[in-house]
Amino acid sequence: MPAVLAEKSQRTVLRQRRLWGLVAASVLLGVAILLSLALGARHIALAEVWAALFSPIDGNNDHLVVRELRMPRTIVGVVAGAALALAGTIMQGITRNPLADPGLLGVNAGASLFVVLAISLLGITSPSGYIWFAFVGAAAATCLVYGIGAAGREGATPLKLALAGTAITAAITSIITVILITDTDTLGAYRFWSVGSLASRDLGTVTTLLPFLAMGVLLAAAGGRMLNLLSLGDDVAQGLGQNLSVARIVAGVAVVVLCGSATALAGPLVFVGLVVPHIVRPLTGPDYRWILAFSAIAGPILLLAADVVGRMVVRPAELEAGLVVALVGAPIMIALVRRVKRADL
Amino acid sequence: MTFTGVHSVRQAARRRQGIITLFLLVVVAALAGAALAVGDYTLSLPDLAATLVGHGEGSDNFIVLRLRLPRVVMGILVGAAFAVSGALFQTLLRNPLASPDIIGISGGASVAAAFSILILGLGGAAVTGFAFSGALVIAVVIYVLAWRGGVNGYRFVLVGVGLAFMVQAMLGYLMTRGDVREVQQALVWIVGGLGGSNWSSIATVAITLAVLLVMVTILSARLRVLQLGDEVAAGLGVSVEATRLTLLVLAVGLVAVGTAFVGPLAFVAFVSAPIARRLNAAGGLALVSSALVGAALVLAADFAAQHLLPGELQVPAGILTGIVGAPYLLWLLATTTNGGGRGA
Repeated sequence: MPAVLAEKSQRTVLRQRRLWGLVAASVLLGVAILLSLALGARHIALAEVWAALFSPIDGNNDHLVVRELRMPRTIVGVVAGAALALAGTIMQGITRNPLADPGLLGVNAGASLFVVLAISLLGITSPSGYIWFAFVGAAAATCLVYGIGAAGREGATPLKLALAGTAITAAITSIITVILITDTDTLGAYRFWSVGSLASRDLGTVTTLLPFLAMGVLLAAAGGRMLNLLSLGDDVAQGLGQNLSVARIVAGVAVVVLCGSATALAGPLVFVGLVVPHIVRPLTGPDYRWILAFSAIAGPILLLAADVVGRMVVRPAELEAGLVVALVGAPIMIALVRRVKRADL
Repeated sequence: MTFTGVHSVRQAARRRQGIITLFLLVVVAALAGAALAVGDYTLSLPDLAATLVGHGEGSDNFIVLRLRLPRVVMGILVGAAFAVSGALFQTLLRNPLASPDIIGISGGASVAAAFSILILGLGGAAVTGFAFSGALVIAVVIYVLAWRGGVNGYRFVLVGVGLAFMVQAMLGYLMTRGDVREVQQALVWIVGGLGGSNWSSIATVAITLAVLLVMVTILSARLRVLQLGDEVAAGLGVSVEATRLTLLVLAVGLVAVGTAFVGPLAFVAFVSAPIARRLNAAGGLALVSSALVGAALVLAADFAAQHLLPGELQVPAGILTGIVGAPYLLWLLATTTNGGGRGA
């Protein structure tokens, strides 16, 4: 009897920790959003930010900056951060691979190739014109890398996925480079997209991609139970009534639409999807429903933080969020690699 | 198997190796001949032979000895250097994927070179120096970060892949800040090609390579013992970690020298040794045939990049090695079913 009681109280503790954690994370997200609205080349007091949001005055420059520049990039940061974090969590769950990340899997290379072709062949040069090319390229590369990485007997191991991503990236990079070294105009337009940034994105893009984002989030929300079953191993999951191919298809579609939308919005970003699930896991425990919920909040926090840091370190110039995330994410990935046991790689 | 049986099997393997080596030499010579003869101004074979032995006409002399021969010699040298370096990495880390171009060592050279071109405004020999140091620095960082009471091939590769992404971000930063024409120039360097070869750089490369390769040859007996496994090697009196570290340093030196002078040339280090081993139809080190395969690959890539592309398009050789090498890596990943000893 006491053992049962102890287990029960342990469960209550875990539940409370998760609930409070969720509250704390939401507060943190609120802070990140406010900072993203207030900080930058031009510092704007929080009271002014508040006024700009709820009682804007025409002709007030601070209000204009908040509404026209910082609000769009903050919204893009929240949406792209959540999408990438959810996609990373799903990938790690479905492949039981602690190092899965959209950026590591050649998604960015696929999107980049299509964007380069759009610029070079069709003369499109605005980020909002890139979105469908980025989306389709990202989706195609995800399917290709995952298909190759999952071939062979032991399935999608971390090493195989990472290297399939590396190989696809290398081949595509060669093709992109041919175009870039022969076409200066394309290079001039492409290089700014290629680093991944939240700046000067327009909100129309978010609206356009909303159906895909909604679909991805819904699939992710519904997928938590499925990922929990899969984490017990394919055989056990099947024994408990989970259809494996249905699970893989649902997860695959969710990853493709989430990664595609995020890349279309912000350009190529690495490491958000890789790092966020690992950061939230100590709080949530192994239950994927909670990991997904926390990731959806922590992803935006990470991306907004990276964006704000990028605005602050080289003021009045900016460091793109994609660069900051990569510079911070690589050490975290290496720390993870050092922690993972040989057998899991 | 009786003693004479072992003996005859070994002899057969040696004979096969001899034939393969000869075959590869012929291939390299043929590719070199083609590279020297073919171009906007194509020489006949007798003219080419006469020029090479010093009886050529003035214009032939200039085109062959000044323009085309440096390219060919440099191609052979760096191809061999990349291939031997890749073979050493793959053998030492017991993982066919642990080659310097996959784990970010070439990336380190690229960032350093781009930095020197775009930020410091340097060119020529200074870029070479920066690239060399960049490769060394990133190799040391990978080794230190992947060390956890020993070096494990998987950890080495994944740490390298992580660093490669970080390096990519730094490149992205440099690329968006520089002048677009200079960025294009840096891109050409980052792909790698034989275009900038001249006799003075060849001398440097040749001397450095000679020193490194002699040391590799001296240590290769110990490397064969290492291949039997760490415990066996230690039992036979080889100091395992010291030998491995020394050979890794030599391998890094080889790839750093090559990269510094011609750029990364994607996948040459990665594919040469596996191709050589497959040709020899035996395990073992196959350093000589690896080197010849590497040389042949670089010459072939350079020839194709100059003469075989549609629409008179000429690109650096590294683009072709990248496009051709990646499918090989993917094929290896898709078909390897052994998760243990051989990696993947």
